[in-house]
Amino acid sequence: MTLILDGVFVRRRGETWLDDVRLELSNGMTTLVGPMTAGKTTLMRVAAGLSPPDSGRVMVDGKDVTSISVRKRSVAFVYQQFINYPSLTVYENIASPLRLDPGFRRDGIDRRVREVAELMGLAALLGRRPAELSGGQQQRTAIARALARPVDVLLLDEPLANLDFKLREQLRADLKAMFADSSGVVLYATADPNEALTFAAPTVVLGEGRVQHIGDAAEMYARPPTLAVAATLSDPPLNLLPGVVRDGRIECLGAEFPAPRAHPSGRTVTLGVRPHQVRLERGGPGALEWPAEIRLAEVTGSATFLHLLLRDQVHLVAHLPGTRQFTPGGSAVAYVDPAHVLVFDEDGARLPATGAAEVDLHG
Amino acid sequence: MTEVGEEPRADLKRRNNRAWWLVLPVVVSVAFTAVIPLMTVVNFSVQDVFTPSDRIFVGLEWFRSITRDPEVRSAFVRTLLFSAQVLLLEIPLGVALAVCMPRRGVWVSVALVLVALPLLIPWNVVGTIWQIFARGDIGLGGWAVNHVPGVDFNYTLDSTDAWITVLVMDVWHWTPLVALLAYAGLRSIPEPYFQAAQIDAASAWATFRHIQLPRLRGVLTIAILLRFMDSFMIYTEPFVVTGGGPGNATSFLSILLSKIAVGQFDLGPAGAFSLLYFLFVQILCYVFFTVLTRSGR
Repeated sequence: MTLILDGVFVRRRGETWLDDVRLELSNGMTTLVGPMTAGKTTLMRVAAGLSPPDSGRVMVDGKDVTSISVRKRSVAFVYQQFINYPSLTVYENIASPLRLDPGFRRDGIDRRVREVAELMGLAALLGRRPAELSGGQQQRTAIARALARPVDVLLLDEPLANLDFKLREQLRADLKAMFADSSGVVLYATADPNEALTFAAPTVVLGEGRVQHIGDAAEMYARPPTLAVAATLSDPPLNLLPGVVRDGRIECLGAEFPAPRAHPSGRTVTLGVRPHQVRLERGGPGALEWPAEIRLAEVTGSATFLHLLLRDQVHLVAHLPGTRQFTPGGSAVAYVDPAHVLVFDEDGARLPATGAAEVDLHG
Repeated sequence: MTEVGEEPRADLKRRNNRAWWLVLPVVVSVAFTAVIPLMTVVNFSVQDVFTPSDRIFVGLEWFRSITRDPEVRSAFVRTLLFSAQVLLLEIPLGVALAVCMPRRGVWVSVALVLVALPLLIPWNVVGTIWQIFARGDIGLGGWAVNHVPGVDFNYTLDSTDAWITVLVMDVWHWTPLVALLAYAGLRSIPEPYFQAAQIDAASAWATFRHIQLPRLRGVLTIAILLRFMDSFMIYTEPFVVTGGGPGNATSFLSILLSKIAVGQFDLGPAGAFSLLYFLFVQILCYVFFTVLTRSGR
């Protein structure tokens, strides 16, 4: 089974929502990750056949289905909101897509409903109506509805976004196992980079209606090809600092380090620093060093997020292990190992470190 | 622990009663506009009034005579039948109209204005419009119906024709209210529900039955209550169109009541009549409301 989007454009109210999207998805799961207005939902709707693209083609298994109505396609869709039929029980909700499928006889439907309900942990709730369920159970029902019928294309649009984090993590693990041996195309959209990273499935990064990059999520995290990909896959958000190239060195807010690759002098660059790479103690020699003012310290259970202001103008967030006390208004010195700095040129493309010196940035 | 536990209890004892002063204006205005006038009706219903200074206490005699009056009884059955027909016609029609109205685009406002138009016309004007419209000689409606072969339509002579005229007039006048309420209910359904139905290839009927109808329960409860109360107390329009006739064909409870109270000036029986009328509407509304809200759970 394959799903191909070929040069898909969607324009609404004078804005381009999808800009020449080209994708080729095969069996099993693919993650679609992008920020809020990247066009994920629009792409899913086009892939499902809920709204036609302004131009371009959608192909399922080599067949052009662009103009075929969603009613005649073999798709299932799970929404961020919990969408179930309010007047039907959980059982009937799960059974509803099967009743319209000529491939299922009555006893087959019953077996399949119970099977899927068991899988999603709904076996004890089959007689209830959606209004009598918790949010997590409602979404489980919606997912069960989508899973019940084997479909060519299963689309999940941020299905876990409205759940509390414990349920989210549990369902995420369940879903990953469930989609592992799917015979159809499963496209899972999320705005949460951690979700994309934990699924470890082929990942499409979408930004501003364009496919930014396709590849392995962990690989893209470690060696992001562009600033957009790096920003999309970073949670907590990437710190961005302005820099200038001078004679093979990069100067940034008074600190400097060798440029990763020859780059013309005078060009401006953007430095990307992950919060957990910022230290308050000098590490090795050659570390970048910025005196800073402490603005705010957010303490979570196991870590401290320290918000710093460099030179009264640039914000830098440090993710420090452990809980630590800081006084807002005080001063500190931030250190960053230049090997962990991502350097992007004016167009947002990353300047890779020279030759074999490419450091493993996972750390 | 005991300290914490005792504190709210002590607080409850020293209750602050000043908030009652805020309720006072409402109590006073309701007393002046509703309770005191109602009490004068109660007063009339248990007395035989000859002149303002000459009155006799008669107990429940008026209640007894009103409930045994054949004219009142037939008007009661007539009004109940009318309300039942109004509900049976207007609720499904209103819902159907709401489902057919556009969900978005420029036509939304056009449809809303068109549908709401009958609601904006004063009741006695509605009566006048239909009095003329339904006439066979100068009314377009009556003229058109009379040109259907085999139909002889005259609402001033024929009881059935008069009944149909009043019923159609009420449907024309009040279906839009049901439609607007239902439309508001339908608009509150998120788009993904309809998409989910599309993906399931659900039929239009299944979409209506399992997505739209469940969402309409609340507004339909209100629509049924409003339309029942209004139609059970209908007065102005039939008074203008038929005056209760021909004979007693469209003589509803309210028309009969005003005849007794204003026409014959029988204040005692009219008072008893009003109280029973009022009580019946209250009880039936309570029953409707209870049944409709309970069945949802």
